[in-house]
Amino acid sequence: MTAITVDIINKSYPAAGQAGLHRAIADLKLSLPSNEFICLVGPSGCGKTTLLNIIAGLDQDYSGEITVEQQHKAPKIGYVFQNPRLLPWRTVRENITLTLPSDYDPKTVDALLETMQLTQAQHVYPERLSLGMSRRVSIIRAFAVDPDVLLMDEPFVSLDAPTARQVRELLIGLWQQRPHTVLFVTHDLREAIALADRLIFLSPPPMQSLSEIRVDIPRDIRDDETAIEAFRQKLLQDHPEIRALL
Amino acid sequence: MTLTKFLSHYRTLNLLSILLFIGLWQGLALYLSDNSLPTPATVAEVFWQETLSGQLPYHLGMTLLRLISSFVVAMLLGCAIGILLGRNQKLDVFFDNWLVIFLNIPALVTIILCYVWFGLVESAAILAVVINKLPNVVVTIREGTRALDKDLLEMARCYRFSKLKTLRHVIWPQLHPFVMGATRSGLALIWKIILVVELLGRSNGMGYQLHLFFQLFDVAGILAYTIAFVAVIQVIELLILKPLDRKAGRWRR
Repeated sequence: MTAITVDIINKSYPAAGQAGLHRAIADLKLSLPSNEFICLVGPSGCGKTTLLNIIAGLDQDYSGEITVEQQHKAPKIGYVFQNPRLLPWRTVRENITLTLPSDYDPKTVDALLETMQLTQAQHVYPERLSLGMSRRVSIIRAFAVDPDVLLMDEPFVSLDAPTARQVRELLIGLWQQRPHTVLFVTHDLREAIALADRLIFLSPPPMQSLSEIRVDIPRDIRDDETAIEAFRQKLLQDHPEIRALL
Repeated sequence: MTLTKFLSHYRTLNLLSILLFIGLWQGLALYLSDNSLPTPATVAEVFWQETLSGQLPYHLGMTLLRLISSFVVAMLLGCAIGILLGRNQKLDVFFDNWLVIFLNIPALVTIILCYVWFGLVESAAILAVVINKLPNVVVTIREGTRALDKDLLEMARCYRFSKLKTLRHVIWPQLHPFVMGATRSGLALIWKIILVVELLGRSNGMGYQLHLFFQLFDVAGILAYTIAFVAVIQVIELLILKPLDRKAGRWRR
């Protein structure tokens, strides 16, 4: 059980050189129930990455409060960063296993590598990989730790369409097998509708939550393009303020 | 093989340059025909005699021993302090002045002071070398630590890497080029300082021996020891540093 409540009163970046003080987040209140798949949708540069970093505990310089409820122990976080952030001096496999406890099961890593079609490349150093492959490695790394909270920052950018679809299906499959809270950042509304239980629309900086919309398309017809498109049309019609965002 | 193709081999070029150097030396020595510049053959003869008598290996060994101990102490301390200063801005600001002072004290001054304060003993000799080398290592490693990739450090924090794991897998590989730089410049520096240390206050080692040759005006002896000296450094470079470089660089494209 990992419910997250976000209440950020203010997050700003101090003035530096020509750039003045930048207020990234103001009065953002979100409540993210346990095991929900949430897509954060907003224009680029609106502070989505900042929000994920705050939730991951990487950025402590803000006023407000984040509570990640978790019984007994601190929640495990899997984070797929916007850039893959692999250690270039460790092989693909080492990059994945380094994040795991020493008694990890090699079979899970094998299975994940196989699904992402990286078995061939597992002993290669990341500099020899294409960006798409590196991205897949960083996704495996996040899955492999069995996270309580999975943060994904536009993870499917630069994957080709078939791979993106495959990874998306894998992501949903894994999530259904072992439910955990997912926060998925994207600016692609179709992708968001196909994945999410709930969409949260965010405003340009200072970032606030504009509206929250539940996606009620049943999980088994999420791969149906027309259902997604119909939902998108209706959404844009009902909420003209969202149209302005995208 | 045509001449240009023959010349294009780096190994041949290397060999040619050494041959040319010895040739020039021989020519100059023959032209001067004076004790102040013996021919390569004379120097080789002295080298051989000194090696057979055990004098050269003994003094070279003593110097090497001092080199290794002072080098290890300076590198370990320097890396630790360098990483600390690079990671902690307050400490860095505080100790920056100290570093500048130590960087600019002439080697001779630290050597004399160490001998005056601690006596003409082995530990004073080592300490003098370490004090001379340490600031250089600290500055180099501090630069390296400042340039560490923040993205990767965040990744390590997010996935809860332990301190040791972060140091070994995230920080150390990034510092490696800086450590190698410090090692190379360090060896060159320590070699030179150690001779002065030995000359001023020790009764064995290369520096002591060179001092002796100077008093006897024995240029052949000085050159023979110098060649042994340079050869040892080359061996260290080829057998230790180069393979380390290769091993650390194998992930690069």
